[in-house]
Amino acid sequence: MIRLILLALLSLAPAAHAVEPAERLPDPAMEARARVISAELRCVVCQNESIDESRAELARDIRRLVRERLTAGDTNPQAIQAVVARYGDFVLLRPPVKPETYALWFGPAVVLVLGLGGVIVWLRRRPAPAQPVELTDAERARLDAMTRDDDR
Amino acid sequence: MRRLIFLLPALLFLVVAGYFAYSLRPGHDPQLLPSALLDKEAPAFDIPALSGGGRFTLADLKGQPAVVNIFASWCAPCRIEHPLLMRLARVDGVRLFGIAYKDKPEASARFLAELGDPYRSVGVDLEGRTGLDFGVYGVPETYVLDRDGHIRARYVGALTPARIERDLMPLLRKLTAP
Repeated sequence: MIRLILLALLSLAPAAHAVEPAERLPDPAMEARARVISAELRCVVCQNESIDESRAELARDIRRLVRERLTAGDTNPQAIQAVVARYGDFVLLRPPVKPETYALWFGPAVVLVLGLGGVIVWLRRRPAPAQPVELTDAERARLDAMTRDDDR
Repeated sequence: MRRLIFLLPALLFLVVAGYFAYSLRPGHDPQLLPSALLDKEAPAFDIPALSGGGRFTLADLKGQPAVVNIFASWCAPCRIEHPLLMRLARVDGVRLFGIAYKDKPEASARFLAELGDPYRSVGVDLEGRTGLDFGVYGVPETYVLDRDGHIRARYVGALTPARIERDLMPLLRKLTAP
């Protein structure tokens, strides 16, 4: 029960973000788009936070730039492009797929395939486990004799 | 031949160690970013000049290679690099300009009165808008522009004698050569 209450309380907490009231756009739909874009953009000062979460002054400047572009009629990709033009692909928290980033995107899959291949080769080369061999009649007779001894 | 497989972990270790050695080499800061505007035209700007009441624009930089230093009176590393800028400005053929980033004009003026003014002209970027267009993410930053106004180098953080001698001056000489 306590856990449930805690969960309910947690879900009530607003997501952490640093947008100040004065920055918000009057149009809620556009503000929502700005928030979506901000969550995708890395703050170049703090480098592991999005500009939506960061309280750095530069993050605020970039949030303002994004909102300006949206107000001016930019689409979401155009607004993101405006920031990329200034700060490079590095600001994208989700890096684009292009030749420079192939290693990043496909490297893990390549390693996985190599690993699986290695496991398959290893399993195939492993000698089959020895099969249990049936006892011969003579062995059975000896075994019976021994166990009978124990019972006495 | 089968034995060679035991070399694999050692090989992996060498690759990883090599990567770390490369990333940890002296003088390398993994947080430094290359400028996204390298070899592109510098962003247009038109901001008030710190003194004289005129404007400071991108057109002022063009014609000859230019060094643009983005500074602020509130920035400690700017004070540290300032003597280097004073010396750089005296070198023949160096055109050094300043942009005061998010700094009140009075404060910038006091900073330059106290430490000396190496700049041919200083623009006041009170809102940091020009800095944002340049992709500034920490002052001081220094940009080298060719005579057409294309950004050819960016130095983040305080300049050092080594950076000036080994990097900035050779580039500037190359750009100035006819």
